[in-house]
Amino acid sequence: MSKHTEVELTLPALPQGWEAEGNFKALGKVTKATERSIEPVGPHFLAHARRARHKRTFSEDDKIQAEKNVKKVEDDDSGEISEPEDPMMLSRDAKDWKAQDHYAVLGLSKYRYKATEEQIKRAHRKKVLRHHPDKKAAAGSTEDDGFFKCIQKATEVLLDPVKRRQFDSVDERAEVEPPSKKLAKGDKFYKLWAAVFKAEGRFSRTQPVPKFGDANSTQEVVEDFYNFFYTFDSWRSFEYQDEDVPDDNENRDQKRHVEKKNNNARKKKKTEDSARLRNLVDQAMAGDERIKKFRQEASAAKNKKKNDKEAAAKKAVEDAKAKKEADAQAAKDAEEKAKVDKEQGKKAKEAAKAAVKKNKRVLKGSVKDANYFADGAPDAKVIDAVLNDVEIVQGKIDPDEIAALAGKLNGLKVKDEVKAVWSEEVKRLIGAGKLKDGEVKTLV
Amino acid sequence: MATTEATTNGTMPNDRHTIGISFGNSNNSIAIAVDDKAEVIANEDGDRQIPAILSYVEGEEYTGQQAKAQLIRNSKNTVAYFRDFLGQDFASIDPTHSHASAHPQEHESTVAFNIQDKADSETSTVTVSEVATRLFKRLAQSASDYSGKTVNSAVITIPTNFSDKQKAALITAANNADLEVLQLIHEPIAAVLAYDAKNEHSGSDKVVVVADLGGTRSDVAVVAARNGIYTILATAHDYEFAGTALDVVLQDHFAKEFIKWNTTDPREEARSMAKLKLESEATKKALSIGTNANFSVESLAEGADFSSTINRLRYEMIARKVFDGFSRLIEGAVKKADLDVLDIDEVILSGGTSHTPKIARNMQSLFPKATVLAPSTTPTAINPSELQARGAALQANLIQEYEAEDIEQSTHAAVTTVKHLTNAIGVLSADDVFTPIIAAETAVPARRTIHISAPAAGDVLIKIVEGGSHIKISTIEPKPKDEADSDDSDDDSDEEPEEQREKVWKVGTVLAEASIKGIKKCGKVEVMINVAADLAVTVTAREVGGKGGLRGNITAP
Ligand SMILES: Nc1ncnc2c1ncn2[C@@H]1O[C@H](COP(=O)(O)OP(=O)(O)OP(=O)(O)O)[C@@H](O)[C@H]1O
Repeated sequence: MSKHTEVELTLPALPQGWEAEGNFKALGKVTKATERSIEPVGPHFLAHARRARHKRTFSEDDKIQAEKNVKKVEDDDSGEISEPEDPMMLSRDAKDWKAQDHYAVLGLSKYRYKATEEQIKRAHRKKVLRHHPDKKAAAGSTEDDGFFKCIQKATEVLLDPVKRRQFDSVDERAEVEPPSKKLAKGDKFYKLWAAVFKAEGRFSRTQPVPKFGDANSTQEVVEDFYNFFYTFDSWRSFEYQDEDVPDDNENRDQKRHVEKKNNNARKKKKTEDSARLRNLVDQAMAGDERIKKFRQEASAAKNKKKNDKEAAAKKAVEDAKAKKEADAQAAKDAEEKAKVDKEQGKKAKEAAKAAVKKNKRVLKGSVKDANYFADGAPDAKVIDAVLNDVEIVQGKIDPDEIAALAGKLNGLKVKDEVKAVWSEEVKRLIGAGKLKDGEVKTLV
Repeated sequence: MATTEATTNGTMPNDRHTIGISFGNSNNSIAIAVDDKAEVIANEDGDRQIPAILSYVEGEEYTGQQAKAQLIRNSKNTVAYFRDFLGQDFASIDPTHSHASAHPQEHESTVAFNIQDKADSETSTVTVSEVATRLFKRLAQSASDYSGKTVNSAVITIPTNFSDKQKAALITAANNADLEVLQLIHEPIAAVLAYDAKNEHSGSDKVVVVADLGGTRSDVAVVAARNGIYTILATAHDYEFAGTALDVVLQDHFAKEFIKWNTTDPREEARSMAKLKLESEATKKALSIGTNANFSVESLAEGADFSSTINRLRYEMIARKVFDGFSRLIEGAVKKADLDVLDIDEVILSGGTSHTPKIARNMQSLFPKATVLAPSTTPTAINPSELQARGAALQANLIQEYEAEDIEQSTHAAVTTVKHLTNAIGVLSADDVFTPIIAAETAVPARRTIHISAPAAGDVLIKIVEGGSHIKISTIEPKPKDEADSDDSDDDSDEEPEEQREKVWKVGTVLAEASIKGIKKCGKVEVMINVAADLAVTVTAREVGGKGGLRGNITAP
């Protein structure tokens, strides 16, 4: 068999470094298969059968075994729809079909708007099997075929999507009454109201309809639910309850009148129904502990926020105050320290000044002790010259040098010794360029 | 579902003369296949759809169209619409369609009719099995007359929901008419076979919806056809929306017309009703061909003749509920198979009602991706009324040389119960797009080969993966209305956003990777996937015309 399909596509380029033994890597396994029955028909099946049998003979047991695994494609017709038939219902007149419960007639009371088209068809067939007048006649009974007509009418309505919606619109038996406050307590609240809204949801053009949820539903779920029902888009309509329009051609005015009346009645009922639903939603919401809980949570959250804000403000004020105080303290400390420092500096200065004065006295004293370097009583001119030179030197050196010089001179009384010290100092100063040669003559 | 067992009445394969029979509630057809070509045989009246009716007039037996005519004058001695009563007890039959003919009765554990079938005697009780036998005899006779040989065996079509008891009863009835039943085959499969035998590409993989719209029932089957192996994925059956419901629409229409000019309602008197019914059906059939049809009955009621006309448009309007019912039923079957309308490749319209052009058009809009095989949509379509008999004849031709025992063993559940792939298996392209090689719901073992044209030269990676399909829905916002043409006042419908649905693949499990190196520019890669009965997979790949290639195994799950 060289049959193949041609396709055009770009295969992925081989990734760098892709290596496998025999250029093949098994990576996964085929998903589990379904056992199905193939049709024993056609030339290709014959080929299959030849291969599958391979000279084997299968037994009844093999058959049972094989059939057990096969996925069924035919539905089981029996069972499912069985409901006792109310004798009152059986004696109904089909003429009064508008008042008849079409679902009950077909034995579908518990399904109602939820019944699928297939269920309706099957239910109908079941009823026909039982109630067809020809069957009753064959069994010798001469019962009238009133109920059979009811069955036919019910089927006609329920298998026509338009008529079925009209009937479902006014099918009170599918309605779930809102629970009383007393009943709807605790967890029951959710169960009871969920049933109410599940029933209401059947009229929604938008499907699926959000669920009512339970005590643990999130705020989002609950809000979505109420939003949905507050903006409910309903297909519910009320033509089923129309007054019959006379269909003779004579009375056109009367006909128009009834039609108008019907139209107004439909509109009115539709408006009332919207109000009814709104009321229902209000009622549920009013009793809904979740809404209260969310509100409390919201206000608690809000309060917390407020408190936090206040605390923060207070703290900010306190912090600012503390900071201000700390700053003031620091400033004060700094001021005091500065004051102390200043005082201390003053004292040191005074001390230094005093030391300088004292040392200066030592310097002056030294020349006096050395008798102004004169032999015999010095005259005033000599004294002046010497003191003048001492002052010049004093003026050229700083307090430390004065102190050092004073240190050297201190205790010296001998003329030459004193002179030698001064002379050395003057030489140093000349060397340092502070004094000019010959500027002080008396001290050299 | 039980296998369709064959029974023997001792005919040896060499002595067999075999036909295919479609045995309906409304009509029967017989066909003979010669050299892979099936032909539907006309009976002595020249009819190929032979009304499944048996009637007695003064002991004389009538069937087919002649018996149908007896529904007007001799309804008590006329048996009609009985096929589904075979193998059933009285409690479980629906007598609705037999109302205007002999009524079914409870008889011992079976169903019977009280009819006067002999010239001068009281009525006798004829069981439904006996009625069937008598019809089988007539059918076999017609076939024998045609072929010049005594026809002694047959393949007969049955609905997919026939119970074992119904099957057994059908076989007994045929055996009593000296017909060996080689096999009972499902009606929708016979229809697929009739088409595939004609089609060159019968081996292709496709999903087929067979809508068998008959007179008293409509049956739908969703069939996976994989290389000529057929698997029914889902079925739906309906006894409300069928050909008779369309007759009723016309009956009501013409009855109301009649009442406009006369005083009585023809539906209230049995004979008038019978005439109304027969003519309505004739008008309905005429509307399948022409756009206008006559309705004309002599002495319809009160001795008044009545004639009228109706055009196709009006008919399609008043019958809309029934047509919509067909569409919902068929779409429902596709849903039951867990498929989408976009998954359907072919719609075979089978059964007499399928001649209706409106139904074919509805199928075209319901299945935008499918070929709708019906006379009004496909010129090469096979007559929908003949599909089942043809398919049965083709199958008869295939198996007539086998011993009965051999056929029984080959159709045994142990042979027909087979694993079917859950997902498709295919390859991935460079941009991760999935291309299937073997379709989902393929019975294993199975083998498929594809050739991939590789435009660029070089080394390629072949990624073997599973793929599942799903439907992507995107809404196309309507274009803002052009102010220029906004003066045409009705700006309603095109405001809604349009929904676009398309089938897309989702990549599933990666099963294997393989490499082919040094492909020439514009070369071709061949990938063959072979799935064994235990779901082990063998992959072979090579460059077409190149040397070497690879083979790898994936073990069974
Ligand atoms: N050309 C046609 N146009 C429309 N309807 C047709 C046409 N030919 C036959 N029919 C209708 O098809 C129905 C019969 O279908 P078919 O011959 O397939 O019967 P069947 O298989 O015996 O059906 P069933 O078992 O469901 O009663 C009748 O209702 C008949 O009126």
